Amino acid sequence: MPRVNYEAPTSVDDAVKVLAGAGGLAKVLSGGTDLLVQLRSGRLKPETIVDIKRIPGMIGIREEGDFFLIGAATPGVMLSSHAALEHAWPGIVEGADLIGSTQVQGRCSLAGNLCNASPAADSVPAVIAARTTVVIVGPNGKREAPAESICTGPGRTSLAKGEFIVEFKIPKPKPHQCDSYLRFIPRTEMDIAVVGCGTNVTLDANGVCTDARVVLGAVAPTTVIVEDAAKALIGHKLDEATLAALDKAAQAACKPISDKRGTIEYRTKVAGVLARRTAAIAFERAAQR
Amino acid sequence: MSKHHVTTTINGEPMEYLCEAQQTMLDVLRDELGLTGSKEGCSSGDCGACTIICDGNIVCSCLMLGVEAEGREITTIEGIARGDELHPVQQKFLEHAALQCGFCTPGLIVAAKALLDTTLNPTEEEARYWLAGNLCRCTGYDKILRAVMDAASVLRAEAGR
Amino acid sequence: MSYLDKAALKVVGTRPIRPDGVDKVIGRASFGADYTMPGMLWAKVKRSPHAHARILKIDTSKAEKLKGVLAVVTAADFPNIANEEAFVGEGPMNFRDLSRNCMARDKALYDGHAVAAVAATTAAIAEEACELIDVQYEVLPHVIDVEEAMAPDAPVLHDDMFTAGVEPKPTKASNVAKKITFTKGDIAKGFAEAEVVIERKYSTKPVHQAYIEPHACVVAVAPDGQTTIWSSSQGQFMVRAYCAKLLGVDMADIRAVPAEIGGGFGGKTLVYLEPVAMALSKKTGRPVKLVMSREEVFRGTGPAAGGTIEVKIGAKRSGRITAAELVLKYQAGAFAGSPVGPGCMCAFAMYDLDHVHITGYDVVSNRPKVAAYRAPGAPNSSFGVESCLDELARELGIDPLALREMNAARDGTKTPYGPTLTNVGYLQTIEAAKNHPNFKIPLGPNQGRGIASGFWFNIGGESSASVHVNEDGTVAVVEGNPDIGGSRASMAMMAAEVLGIPYEKVRPVVGDTASIGFTFLTGGSRVTFATGMAVTQAAEKVVEQLKSRAAAIWDISPEAVEWKDGKAFPAGANAGSFEPLSLADIAVKSGRTGGPITAEVSINAQGAGPGFATHICDVEVDRETGFVKILRYTAVQDVGRAIHPSYVEGQIQGGVTQGVGWALNEEYIYDKDGRLENAGFLDYRIPVASDMPMIDAVMVEVPNPRHPFGARGVGEVPIVPPMAAVANAIADAIGARMRDLPMSPPKVRAVLDELDPPRMAAE
Repeated sequence: MPRVNYEAPTSVDDAVKVLAGAGGLAKVLSGGTDLLVQLRSGRLKPETIVDIKRIPGMIGIREEGDFFLIGAATPGVMLSSHAALEHAWPGIVEGADLIGSTQVQGRCSLAGNLCNASPAADSVPAVIAARTTVVIVGPNGKREAPAESICTGPGRTSLAKGEFIVEFKIPKPKPHQCDSYLRFIPRTEMDIAVVGCGTNVTLDANGVCTDARVVLGAVAPTTVIVEDAAKALIGHKLDEATLAALDKAAQAACKPISDKRGTIEYRTKVAGVLARRTAAIAFERAAQR
Repeated sequence: MSKHHVTTTINGEPMEYLCEAQQTMLDVLRDELGLTGSKEGCSSGDCGACTIICDGNIVCSCLMLGVEAEGREITTIEGIARGDELHPVQQKFLEHAALQCGFCTPGLIVAAKALLDTTLNPTEEEARYWLAGNLCRCTGYDKILRAVMDAASVLRAEAGR
Repeated sequence: MSYLDKAALKVVGTRPIRPDGVDKVIGRASFGADYTMPGMLWAKVKRSPHAHARILKIDTSKAEKLKGVLAVVTAADFPNIANEEAFVGEGPMNFRDLSRNCMARDKALYDGHAVAAVAATTAAIAEEACELIDVQYEVLPHVIDVEEAMAPDAPVLHDDMFTAGVEPKPTKASNVAKKITFTKGDIAKGFAEAEVVIERKYSTKPVHQAYIEPHACVVAVAPDGQTTIWSSSQGQFMVRAYCAKLLGVDMADIRAVPAEIGGGFGGKTLVYLEPVAMALSKKTGRPVKLVMSREEVFRGTGPAAGGTIEVKIGAKRSGRITAAELVLKYQAGAFAGSPVGPGCMCAFAMYDLDHVHITGYDVVSNRPKVAAYRAPGAPNSSFGVESCLDELARELGIDPLALREMNAARDGTKTPYGPTLTNVGYLQTIEAAKNHPNFKIPLGPNQGRGIASGFWFNIGGESSASVHVNEDGTVAVVEGNPDIGGSRASMAMMAAEVLGIPYEKVRPVVGDTASIGFTFLTGGSRVTFATGMAVTQAAEKVVEQLKSRAAAIWDISPEAVEWKDGKAFPAGANAGSFEPLSLADIAVKSGRTGGPITAEVSINAQGAGPGFATHICDVEVDRETGFVKILRYTAVQDVGRAIHPSYVEGQIQGGVTQGVGWALNEEYIYDKDGRLENAGFLDYRIPVASDMPMIDAVMVEVPNPRHPFGARGVGEVPIVPPMAAVANAIADAIGARMRDLPMSPPKVRAVLDELDPPRMAAE
């Protein structure tokens, strides 16, 4: 692996100083499960890597009022073992849990998955579907932004130099609100999503959808919030006609590429399939809450 | 670029070493500390042959930097046996012929041991998914799963359950 | 002697713990990359980024100036080897080609082809130095696909390649290295007799052996030229032979030490790194370590051949086959030598056919040179033939097992490639499959069951083994085959059985090239058969010595001594009355009765029994995504005699899983410039633990009379049937036929859409 500098600041301020002051490329290291692979392959050639795990608060999940607050570097394994989060947002936990192997789960983080800025990131669709905001710090202080605003294209983010995410702020579900995430891969594990879909729905007492967010991954340069898919659900129960409209809306939102992981045609078809399947699961869950 | 001084615990023993920032934990274990039981099969976290336990979680040591071990507790394949007695997972791998070439074996044993540290009653499916990050090209996984499930029953008996 | 009476066996057929097992579960076993030497340098290979390019100039000066770099080598540092066929590894090879595969000379022939190498004080410096080597290329048009490579206007890789086996000899160079044909009977007559003819084309993709251990070696050349090589390979003698030839040194000056090998499956039957590390060690005077990354393994080594399989089968309505025709086009990679020959030979070897015509083409293209992979050649042709037979069975409404039974080869069947089969266990595998409970489990919706059979010759060959009785009566066995899957255990078991002592008293080791006689490499499913035969014979020689030592102690004739249960007994009342002498009793006195008790046997083993298998695969297809789940897998195989049944089952289960990977997801993906896009385990998708069910390995034992214990090779035939078994199961599940591997989800979904266009798309 090429030579590099390593810094492990113990405060947010120090981290910002190092990131903002670095001459060349400086990258944040949380779990490292993408960063180290890119370093080794030569795709990224940072001068400095900044390990944020020594900063208090970067690892851990806490509940504050109507929110779950998740530290940026919290490993996947902590998400899937957090009972309250799992109950509230099974879809978010499903998505995070699908990042890599059990070994990768010991390290990978929501912030890393989001900032790696791959459209196929497994944890991102359900996080966006839950209307999560992220807390960002940087040379100009602290700001909040919707999760969907971070990734602007493959490998690109809206974070300015010296900025990094410190926390995910996920609203707690309302009554009869729940989510689900599914991805399709050619094997049962250890693959990058060919298509991913996170669906978050709120129902009324009769099972009619009052609010929804459907987010597709790996079908465009960034994850896609499919407004027409939400429209297809809102005001309806999950009957055949609704599912058909949802499928159609999801397919119409796809602007994928053909690559080694899937063709345009296939990705588009599967996006429809996963939209239907995630909606079915989310509706069933929401009805029970 | 000067070397980093790291103080850590490996297989229960206090350990200090110097490493360069870009050296992975796997590089450090194999090239600096002589612990060659952890294997390098891919260096991208896809094969699991370098699996170690870090503060209770399994990780690919190829996806962790050596400097990150500061203050942590690391267990490698060399630290799985109970003194001069094999751990039940190791013993069952032998009895079930769960290895052919033996290259993926250290990673699989570390991962399986960590699974059974967490649960003594895994289903076969749970064990298969837990171990999905450990590639084995020789066995077709059949005997590996049998060994893990059998080791679980030994550990249950030890725990009096 | 023969030990075919199973009931009389005490050790063979049991399941003891392998002697090398503990080292492997505690992380102590030393594989190729685990060796280090004082003063050792780290090396790295620079590889071509082009699929096909003329090398105009290599400037190494910048790299050589980098602090920490001790040497750089290119093809100029190796002798220019003449065109000479090599009989060293498994499958055809040529010393010139192998030399140029290890280090490109004049042209780079594939993405990943080695063009230079560096030795430096650290791996990071060696890597940096590789980037400083400036190679000027003239990029040439390239060709990846087998049929495109055969086209008249295809870019030609070798301007001295004129298709062999074609009369008159072509005057124009091409990518077709050779054409071969096999004929039995009169194919036109056979088709004239047919009442139904099925003609189909199938294709397979090249796949990598995907052993988990990347290639690795440490080489130390002394100033006088004497060289020690530690490396993981399937044959230390193979490593020695290739390195001696490629570097132009005497074999006596090389000692090749076999490291533990982390999987090979045929892919480690040739060298890539050892000659390069040797050249660097020679140049620097220091030991050199050279280890491949996973990416290098995919770009620079293996794979197995892919290709097209055109099958035409004629049959009576009864199901009796009257004619069978086959055309195979196999990819050899950048240099000639695909396994199209065995592909041709194995395709119809399971069947008793009167009229057969087979044509095979060996075709080069801008891919890595293919290496052997488990039953090289047979899985491809069998995928076509066994799929086509399934199509025939469906056409005729005949049970696929019954169709195979009706046409099965038996003792005395003459194969299309010449030899007459004996000791055939094929029918027994069909019978066992028919009677297996898994064959009768009812299937649900979108589920299907597929049947396919497979054949592999198995080989014997040169093997050496020695058996040494230690002073305390324990025994050391030395053999010459790297232990790739538990063979040390079977060697120790056979020796223990012959000597009549407990298995634990026998400790086997794999010797280096200076400590045991020549032994052909670990391949061809030969070790338990051939080396097992050598071990057995050496142990028998030791028994003879033990009897004469006992005779000397008792002062009677050696003929009057009998060896039983590890002890010498007087052969009868006439021999005298003596207390039996155990092996240990005799060993402790060996100094006084003639010296050490030891025997070495070197043989060229003949009579490896052919291997037959019949597989049953159950799948479930997700019609919306095209995902295929393997529900159950039952593999029935004639194993002759299972010496260590667990490791026999393991070979079957491993072969099946590799076959399932080949069937469903494994493939090389190239971009338009001929660069490999999936050189890693993330996108080269081998099966993971959660992809597979338990695999029912059913061992049928039809003992091979040519082996003392009845063993026949078991390692290769299990990978022959799975691709067709899976395809046939998918066809059963969805009513549509997949003829091109891999049967990945997008392709399955596409076939389903053809069958039943989705309503959504029609709107």
